[in-house]
Amino acid sequence: MVVAQGLTYEYHIRDEQGKVEQTEQALKSINLSIEKGQFVAILGHNGSGKSTLAKHMNALLFPTGGTLWIKGMDTQDEDKLWDIRQSAGMVFQNPDNQIIATIVEEDVAFGPENLGISSPEIRKRVDDSLRAVQMTEYQGHAPHLLSGGQKQRVAIAGVLAMKPECIILDEPTAMLDPSGRKEVLDTVYQLNQKEKITTILITHYMEEVIRAHRVIVMEQGEIVMDGTPKEIFKQVEVLKQLGLDVPQVTELAYMLRKEGIPISDEILTIEEMVESLCQLKQK
Amino acid sequence: MLRNITIGQYYPVDSYIHNLDPRVKIMGTFVYIISLFLVPNFIGYGIVLLFLWMLIRISKVPFSYIVRGLKSIIMILIFTLGLNVFLTPGEHVLFQWKFIQVTGEGIYIALFMGVRLILLIMGSSLLTLTTSPIQLTDGIENLLSPFKKIGVPSHEIAMMMTIALRFIPILLEETDKIMKAQMARGADFESGGFIKRAKSLIPILIPLFISAFRRADELALAMEARCYRGGENRTRLKQLAMKKEDYKAIVIIGSLVIALVLLRMV
Amino acid sequence: MSAKTKIIELNKVSHLYSAGTPFEKEALKDINLSIYQGEFVGIIGHTGSGKSTLMQHFNGLLKPTSGTVLFKGKDIHHEEVNKKTIRQKIGLVFQYPEHQLFEMTIFEDVAFGPKNMGLSEEEIKQRVEESLKIVGIGPELYEKSPFELSGGQKRRVAIAGVVAMQPEVLILDEPTAGLDPRGRDEILAEIQNLHETLGITIILVSHSMEDIARFVDRLIVMHRGDVAFDGTPKEVFLHVKELEQIGLAVPQITYLMHQLKARGFNVPLDVLTIEEAVQVIRSQVGIQK
Repeated sequence: MVVAQGLTYEYHIRDEQGKVEQTEQALKSINLSIEKGQFVAILGHNGSGKSTLAKHMNALLFPTGGTLWIKGMDTQDEDKLWDIRQSAGMVFQNPDNQIIATIVEEDVAFGPENLGISSPEIRKRVDDSLRAVQMTEYQGHAPHLLSGGQKQRVAIAGVLAMKPECIILDEPTAMLDPSGRKEVLDTVYQLNQKEKITTILITHYMEEVIRAHRVIVMEQGEIVMDGTPKEIFKQVEVLKQLGLDVPQVTELAYMLRKEGIPISDEILTIEEMVESLCQLKQK
Repeated sequence: MLRNITIGQYYPVDSYIHNLDPRVKIMGTFVYIISLFLVPNFIGYGIVLLFLWMLIRISKVPFSYIVRGLKSIIMILIFTLGLNVFLTPGEHVLFQWKFIQVTGEGIYIALFMGVRLILLIMGSSLLTLTTSPIQLTDGIENLLSPFKKIGVPSHEIAMMMTIALRFIPILLEETDKIMKAQMARGADFESGGFIKRAKSLIPILIPLFISAFRRADELALAMEARCYRGGENRTRLKQLAMKKEDYKAIVIIGSLVIALVLLRMV
Repeated sequence: MSAKTKIIELNKVSHLYSAGTPFEKEALKDINLSIYQGEFVGIIGHTGSGKSTLMQHFNGLLKPTSGTVLFKGKDIHHEEVNKKTIRQKIGLVFQYPEHQLFEMTIFEDVAFGPKNMGLSEEEIKQRVEESLKIVGIGPELYEKSPFELSGGQKRRVAIAGVVAMQPEVLILDEPTAGLDPRGRDEILAEIQNLHETLGITIILVSHSMEDIARFVDRLIVMHRGDVAFDGTPKEVFLHVKELEQIGLAVPQITYLMHQLKARGFNVPLDVLTIEEAVQVIRSQVGIQK
């Protein structure tokens, strides 16, 4: 679905006269392959290059070195630009700054309208997408009266209506409250399971990634860790050094192990923790 | 603070008027405004008022809601009235003090203009009250599209209007927030002379502009990501199509104009 | 906690938005509440629970529809009370405070508050330098534009802008929203420092139950314009069911304790942090060895 080979992105910092002062590498020769239907979470703190990577996948930025293919299409191929943006939809951080229309259903229709689809087909897609994110009852509402979580679900519906094969979400929950975050995440995971949409979720909330198939950790424009959530969160110390969190129970398990209690290092959820403690107690 | 503006805000109910084609409503309002200037006397206003009252009833928008919208123009109204009352020369002088005189003609014209202004605002606010912003922009885009050939960017105008409408509530809220934040830092917007007050706006305006630019930037990116590439080859969710009701509406508004023209000729 | 002197006191405070219109909304209902000197208070609540409205009552940005707000025993809406002084004594840091930066340089922006107080040049300079030091912004950045900074740095400059007024009470509305874990930890450490070394009374509004559990010594839960719970975090987080009903949660560790208890472990339910949990669990499984 997504393949990157030596993907590099450089940008120049210019001084006031417009001369190049410094050249920064936001992405350093990244190799990556994401399979169809996978749920991939990308972690990393601000400035680690994760957003830059996301923007490449939607052909909003173009590599300065290496190549990125989406569904076999080279993102630098200008003829394929619209096909790429249609197949890899993107949801951004601020829900307010990505809703264009003044009515929910009109906004969901925006993408398909740009694709030149017939009116009855747009209608069908709008209805389907709103149903998929459970926002049907709000179709006639004004976006500014919705909660943050609802707005993000509208934004997701807007992407779904373009029938993408892949959705990239760039910190979709950073500006939401806990219930909004839960709403959006449940929606995203459900879409991945039911509709088999390849999902790439960028976040710095660790608890959002434990259900993912695969976790990628980025630091200074490079991929430094890549594996299943269990494999990644095992490495509590490495993550802490990178300035990232681990789920509370994972940290607890880590500290218990340090105290000499022989508990599994693959605990991500409360349930897993309870199970392993029960086993320990029975011994 | 800034949230109490009701004039012209869409009032979402289901009515005959709400369901009319926006093009008919826009042109209808246009005709209505022109027809107001055709009115020769108060009888004419009576007819217009009756017509307007009927429309409001059909539109299911509460009368009080429309009247409240008039509040915001009350200063303009008083100004127009005053200007006409005091500055119209005439034979029937009712009151005189130095160079100021009030004449019967003045009062008549002031009332005449006042009623015209009120009917004008009420009629045109009915358009925005019964037409959602998006329909309104669709209507305008459609009505302007014949002028595309002579270089009128009808799609762009409509898109600009949509985005403006979308962001007005957001920016109002933001202004409110920034104002409060600066007040928490001891900023003072109420006291001092004109220059001091104008200066005190800087801490609001700069953050507001920066935020507007940032939003614009992100919005442009989001639009691109959703394959936006201008008006070419774009389809619409809701195609505008004239229905039987729309033709009826045209006939009705036409008869108002004819009635007023007849009245003028009599 | 220092001696229990009331610093802010709310008496039967109610607040109506758009009173007399169809959009009328009661944001606060008859609230009685006291904040004591030197406390570190956390406020949690669902969006729309009234916590933002409450905050703006503390420093007089909003006026109660009925009831009184007292600062050190004086009604802050009394004619003789200078609002500016109140807002200087009770500093308020809004959500995403970096959006209010406007000056050409970082130094100037932080100086905005002290300047409004009419302090001398010297005093302003001293306060700006001091507060920037507290938030960890070095002198080499003073003359830079605040807009060149990273997100976390911008936020710290904005907080310094309020700290420079030397408030006795500092209210922060979700100061860590949208930051990455590193940025979040830095800001929280600075807030804790303000509380501990300068003795400033802190009121922290947050969505993160874990952060709340770690720092505050008193927790107020808002729901539908009312105070639903008020007590130590340990007391409040015992009400798992009720908190969930109003759309809130308790720290993950507390959930773990509840589940362990259900499975026959003899653990206390008021455990909030990882450190405590380690102790508790060690005593439980340690005995078995």
